[in-house]
Amino acid sequence: MEEKLQSKVPQGSIAEKWTNYKDTQRLVNPANKRRLDIIVVGTGLAGASAAASLGELGFNVKVFCIQDSPRRAHSIAAQGGINAAKNYQNDGDSVRRLFEDTVKGGDYRAREANVYRLAEISNSIIDQCVAQGVPFARDYAGMLANRSFGGAQVSRTFYAKGQTGQQLLLGAYGALSKEINKGTVKLFTRREMLDLVIVDGRARGIIARNLETGDIERHAAHAVVLATGGYGNVFFLSTNAMASNGSAAWRCHKKGAFFANPCFTQIHPTCIPVHGDFQSKLTLMSESLRNDGRIWVPKKKEDVERIRKGELRPADIPDADRDYYLERRYPAFGNLVPRDVASRAAKERCDAGFGVNNAGLAVYLDFADAINRLGPKVVEARYGNLFEMYQNIVAQNPYETPMMIYPAVHYTMGGLWVDYELQSTVPGLFVAGEANFSDHGANRLGASALMQGLADGYFILPYTLQNYLSDQIREPHISIESAEFEAAEKAVRDEINALLGVKGKETVDSFHRRLGHVMWEYVGMAREKDGLMKAIGLISDLRKEFHQNVLIPNTFGVNVELEKALRVADFMELGELMARDALQREESCGGHFRVEHQTADGEALRDDDRFNFVAAYEWKDGSEPVLHKETLDFQAIELKQRNYK
Amino acid sequence: MEFTLKIWRQANRSAKGAFVDYKIADIEPDMSFLEMLDVLNERIVLEGGDPVFFDHDCREGICGACSLFINGRPHGKGEGTTTCQLYMRNFKDGATITVEPFRAMAFPVIKDLTVDRSAFDQIIQAGGYVSVHTGGIPDGNAIPIPKEDADMAMDAASCIGCGACVAACKNASAMLFVAAKVSQLALLPQGKVENERRARAMVAKMDELGFGNCTNTYACQAVCPKHVSAAHIARLNRTFIRSGFNKPKE
Repeated sequence: MEEKLQSKVPQGSIAEKWTNYKDTQRLVNPANKRRLDIIVVGTGLAGASAAASLGELGFNVKVFCIQDSPRRAHSIAAQGGINAAKNYQNDGDSVRRLFEDTVKGGDYRAREANVYRLAEISNSIIDQCVAQGVPFARDYAGMLANRSFGGAQVSRTFYAKGQTGQQLLLGAYGALSKEINKGTVKLFTRREMLDLVIVDGRARGIIARNLETGDIERHAAHAVVLATGGYGNVFFLSTNAMASNGSAAWRCHKKGAFFANPCFTQIHPTCIPVHGDFQSKLTLMSESLRNDGRIWVPKKKEDVERIRKGELRPADIPDADRDYYLERRYPAFGNLVPRDVASRAAKERCDAGFGVNNAGLAVYLDFADAINRLGPKVVEARYGNLFEMYQNIVAQNPYETPMMIYPAVHYTMGGLWVDYELQSTVPGLFVAGEANFSDHGANRLGASALMQGLADGYFILPYTLQNYLSDQIREPHISIESAEFEAAEKAVRDEINALLGVKGKETVDSFHRRLGHVMWEYVGMAREKDGLMKAIGLISDLRKEFHQNVLIPNTFGVNVELEKALRVADFMELGELMARDALQREESCGGHFRVEHQTADGEALRDDDRFNFVAAYEWKDGSEPVLHKETLDFQAIELKQRNYK
Repeated sequence: MEFTLKIWRQANRSAKGAFVDYKIADIEPDMSFLEMLDVLNERIVLEGGDPVFFDHDCREGICGACSLFINGRPHGKGEGTTTCQLYMRNFKDGATITVEPFRAMAFPVIKDLTVDRSAFDQIIQAGGYVSVHTGGIPDGNAIPIPKEDADMAMDAASCIGCGACVAACKNASAMLFVAAKVSQLALLPQGKVENERRARAMVAKMDELGFGNCTNTYACQAVCPKHVSAAHIARLNRTFIRSGFNKPKE
């Protein structure tokens, strides 16, 4: 393994590694903790849980969020649930099985020691959240209820109606609020991180823009935790919130943090199809719907034609003329195959001309059988709020007619490279949640994002940050007056002035939309060499055009167009790196599907001989990024071709 | 579709605001209200103006960031929806639509249609949580919780903190917001321990921040995008009154 990419996986068997780490890590005594400052950027599940837990330990924490309140982070939108290996259902679950499912679901492109730790911690997360008053669903005996989710044959998903992410976030937000009240955590809202400040080779602070006043601020600390989420909005249309962006991570990358597996993007199979050019975002319908909903398209092209013309209703098509293609292709998992498999199967049917809306880009998700089997009351109890949401957006009633769904960009498995301690290649910069390249390999299983965010924040960073800070106790509070802070602030101001000075003719959103089209077309669900090379050229041209022709109003204080312009400028660089990474990875794995690499029946074809590694990129000013490889060493699990048939 | 928009414009916290009229055409019925505002803002930017500032984020009706007082009602006339889930097909073609910020003393206007709702965070910080720290927790199934209680706690917990209840209330009271949190935690054994202390602290903070008192008009319940019931206010009141008798000597 390369010098810079030491994964620092502890000794011992896979089941002993985390315990061994905790037994031997260095600690900081309580009096010294009070003298050490930590900056946490982001207040989603990872950021809020980290800030709260670090505050409880006695560190001085400063926490930053882009929204008006920490409670609004996009973790809130996760609907379906959170996995844990409790085996409450007596259906054969275990830490080992959750570990195996997660590695297999990620198509063997994750670091196994990290994944095992995640599975190990999963049970404590549920206990923690119950203690915080998270109102998980329960059965009549008062015990916690579970549902099943894609990519697993056991029921290990805990949920709170269709609002699991919101309830878990509110739990973490409560814990954070408790620490703010105690004074261990100081909260900064409506702030956006615009740069990382490095002093003597260590991350020592950030430059942030106050989104209300426009002020550029300096904040210093002994260590920085980045928990700023994923970069799915590079595609313009995604299920991410409007403010979700990749800039904080990207700016750390440009300051020396390696960016890992940027091309690993998750396209979620059950989203409401695109319905117009004006659309600002896509809405996800929880994957839990696949538990009881059956996915199909008509078998006959004539039926498709008549449906598009409105001459035929889906309910009029007899069962024999329907193609339940997931049940047909994957009898073992049926409608519960992992997300990447379900998405590609929908694309395959639509590309073959069987899409059921006017654009030909939709398939049915049908609850008629479930309603017959369980009755409308039970279906309502399980999915009522999702049905309501669908009806509100599409103006169709899913109790009467099947939903129409299509895949959409949802999650990014790639992110800043981190070692076992969640530390990036910049000492003192830790990365948690979706922002790191994480435990999900090339594809994340449903209900695992919440698990990972909270594992990182509640149960990993409080240990590993202490280990890092143990030799920092003689370091006084870091000054914001140093030349490094001065230079970082100046660079940010210069960049803002340059953007404001362009005074072009095209809006930021227009550029963002154009970037999104290129990304979706060439770096989306199916990628091939020519397309990727074309994308790199198109993005490069678009970036030049952006810096010559973007139009941003020159207003003081609140300037939303400027905020967006800074993010889109970064997305254009990141998008190009995604295309380069996809081009380099000449295999299909998880969410990354190279058309040139598939089996005879259209399944993803991995190449373990050549690509069993994490691709970690080093930024180079003015020249192409340098690829570093962390070879994945599977000791505890056998590399197998995924099979959901 | 086309509309006349009367939008509240206000440059900053201290500036005096006023309504400004905008005509907008070529709006599709399937656009959301916020997408309609996106179209307006894109036009304003191209004309060299300053776009309208409004809070929004998830656009799925769950983050609670969007607000807006539309034709005299928080989140517009949709039943159980937030502004981002309000679609233009719900308006009459050619209509005049009035758009204001949420109005309450405790929610000062920052700019245009955006208000400062950090008072809600301060109320939660005063005690809207279980004071448990990370780690050392018994198994999640150690204490059975009756399904009815868990479901009722979930209903209370579905509050998204948008502030529509305050904007709709003639007293600008935050009682529904406070009651939702107090009630959620009161219904669960984990939250019961601190129940009375929590209710006292949150109500005191609410009063301190300038929210009004509750006079039981239930306007809050009528506009709540998550159907949080005013019945929770009764539970808060019972807890609060009981806490007065049980108040420990500080």
